[in-house]
Amino acid sequence: MKAFEIVTTQINPQLYADFVLRPEAGAVTLFTGHVREWTKGVRTMYLSYEAYIPMAEKKLAQIGEEIEQRWEGTKVAIAHRIGELQISDIAVVIAVSSPHRKSAYEANEYAIERIKEIVPIWKKEIWEDGEEWIGDQKKKPEGESV
Amino acid sequence: MISLRYFAGLKEQTGISEEQVDMAGKTVEELWQWANEKYPEFLSGAARLAVNEEYALPTDVLASGDVVAFIPPVSGG
Repeated sequence: MKAFEIVTTQINPQLYADFVLRPEAGAVTLFTGHVREWTKGVRTMYLSYEAYIPMAEKKLAQIGEEIEQRWEGTKVAIAHRIGELQISDIAVVIAVSSPHRKSAYEANEYAIERIKEIVPIWKKEIWEDGEEWIGDQKKKPEGESV
Repeated sequence: MISLRYFAGLKEQTGISEEQVDMAGKTVEELWQWANEKYPEFLSGAARLAVNEEYALPTDVLASGDVVAFIPPVSGG
C-alpha cells in the first residue's frame, strides 16, 4: 500500500490505521465512507467511480501535507477506490493519528471535506431507471456525501 | 502539441478520452474557448483545467508536451 492511493480492489481499513499508528500517537481516527442505497428518495443500484489517477494521488498527498502542517504531530493515510462499487462497499478510508484525540477527529473531517473539493474523482450513480454523473449536472439527487 | 484529457461526464460528451491539439503558446483561457466552440454542450463552465496534474489559471501559457485535463466538478468520497 501507499499512504495516498487510488485503488481498484476492496479496501481493508486496518492497513491504513496500522500505517499511521506510532508510539507517540494516543489517538487514531478511522473514517470509512460507504456506498449508500438511498439518496433523497432515489434508490442507487450501484456506483461507478472514475479518477484522474496520478493527479488524484497527488491531491490526496497534498491534503495529507495540509493536515500535518495544520495539526502538529498528525500522520495521515487516505485511499479511494474506483470502478464499480456495490451498496455498503467502502469507497474511501481516511486514517489520522495524533498525540491527542481532538486533532485526530478534526483533521479527519477536514480530509473528507478537502477530498470533495480538490481531488479529481467522479461518482456516477446507477439507478433502476437511469444514471447520472454526480456533481456534473445538478439534475437529480445532489450527491451530498457518502 | 498539447494532450487533452477528458473525464466523467465530459468524456461522455466529447465521446473521447484524449486528443492532441496544436495550441502551444496559447493560454488556458484560449484553450477553454476553443473547447467550448468545439463541444458546445460543455456549457456548464464549471469545469476546471489542470495542466500537468495541477490546477491552472486562465492566464497560464501552454507549452508543447503539456497535458491538460478538463476536470468537471468532483464528487469523490
